Amino acid sequence: MAYSEKVIDHYQNPKNVGTLDKSAKNVGTGLVGAPECGDVMRLQIQVDDAGVITDAKFKTFGCGSAIASSSLATEWLKGKSVDEALKIDNMAIVEELNLPPVKIHCSVLAEDAIKSAINDYRVKNGLEEIKFAESVVH
Amino acid sequence: MLKLPIYLDNNATTPMDPRVLEAMTPYFLEHYGNAASRNHPFGWEAEEAVDYAREQVAKLIGADPKEIIFTSGATESDNLAIKGVYEMYASKGNHIITVTTEHKAVLDTCKHIEKIGGEVTYLEVNAEGLIDLKQLEASIKPTTILIAIMYANNEIGVLMPIKEISAIARKHGVLLFTDGTQAVGKVPVDVNKDGIDLMSFSAHKMYGPKGVGALYVRRKNPRVKVTAQMDGGGHERGMRSGTLNVPGIVGFGKACELCRLDMEEDTKRISKLRDHLETELLKLEEAYVNGSREHRLPHVTNISFKYVEGEGLLMGFNKNIALSSGSACTSASLEPSYVLKALGLGDDLAHSSLRFGLGRFTTEEQIEYTIKAISETVLKLREMSPLWEMYKEGIDLNTIEWAAH
Repeated sequence: MAYSEKVIDHYQNPKNVGTLDKSAKNVGTGLVGAPECGDVMRLQIQVDDAGVITDAKFKTFGCGSAIASSSLATEWLKGKSVDEALKIDNMAIVEELNLPPVKIHCSVLAEDAIKSAINDYRVKNGLEEIKFAESVVH
Repeated sequence: MLKLPIYLDNNATTPMDPRVLEAMTPYFLEHYGNAASRNHPFGWEAEEAVDYAREQVAKLIGADPKEIIFTSGATESDNLAIKGVYEMYASKGNHIITVTTEHKAVLDTCKHIEKIGGEVTYLEVNAEGLIDLKQLEASIKPTTILIAIMYANNEIGVLMPIKEISAIARKHGVLLFTDGTQAVGKVPVDVNKDGIDLMSFSAHKMYGPKGVGALYVRRKNPRVKVTAQMDGGGHERGMRSGTLNVPGIVGFGKACELCRLDMEEDTKRISKLRDHLETELLKLEEAYVNGSREHRLPHVTNISFKYVEGEGLLMGFNKNIALSSGSACTSASLEPSYVLKALGLGDDLAHSSLRFGLGRFTTEEQIEYTIKAISETVLKLREMSPLWEMYKEGIDLNTIEWAAH
């Protein structure tokens, strides 16, 4: 299968690979996927007092499309408010990276990782966990 | 100068040997007769060429030329052997024994047999990819007509104990069919010494053309017959109708001859390269060979690089190195290789595997390049793998509740 140029670029030069201090109160961590399924994403956000995401990091075990989806997600997250970040839709990732149908689950995983990181941050800061509708087919 | 890309997927198919192409060419343009045309020189030439090729093919496996049935390839041969025996020996029984790690051409044919009323036992393999001979013998019943076990596995290269299997088959009067696709031409296969009754194999896995293969069908001790699965002009002793693919068969014959003559030298050189590749890649932490290293084809190795995903790994170099992965991330299903799972590998290790198939045209320079490219990519991907980070922190990944998706 041929990958899109954007996927290849993110794979070769992934943005924001790394780890934030997951015990810090202003850091939210989302760990989604499972090794059995062939992809695991860990996405972390660091939020300032104004509720703006000042930093985002990821580590991903998975195919090129999974790596690219998470790399792109961290790029998009930086500078956004937490509320804005909640609006990131997996289909936007599909479009930006030109993912083929068999790779849509990679974008879904990235969206799940964002939501999971935000919830982790919310819970740490005494806010209620947001209940999301079951995500579409993985 | 190293020419890229490098081909290391010789279990999928091999490049044609130029000597094979040379032998074939005249049979496209000059000697284009139908081998079944009995009344003119064009037919005679074609028939003569097929007879000669049949001898070349038979010689490689120690068979009589009359025991070779030409087909379109190993898949057709597998179908003909299993369905053909099932129909021909229906009065004797309807039970077939096979193994879970067989090629799909055998497994799916067995599924078909089950659908039409047959009974199939699927033997499991151990962590080495080998069957338990006692279990095999215990699975034989009065209704058993066929044991179908491959000579060598296509994904891990593991060689089944065919001689021991055939001794059991003989003892109980059951026929032995083996899928020899990966083994013939690579390791010495002798249908008499090995006690094989039927065997499928294919030209394109041994530097011959695609679209041609054979089924060996024993004629003596015992005399084996299969019911034709393709009806027509009664070619190939009535077992496989259809105009013979003369250029393909000529190429197949030449390919078999070259394998017979070059096998010893090729094996020595290729296994040395394979061992070097394996040794160097195993220097990476958490890298494991899948399947028996002792009972194995000389040109194959299947390695799992834990905590990196196979397809992601391939992407790091697949523009330059042609390899295959046990991960099924490219297909709609997320199921990794059923062969690796049959060895008892967890899905995570199965997803992390690469299959290397070296060949006659693999060079030392190519192997050096491959070692470097793969090692670098594994290290790079581990740097961005959350699983690797957890492993390094001493976290047992089995204790984590993964959000299954």
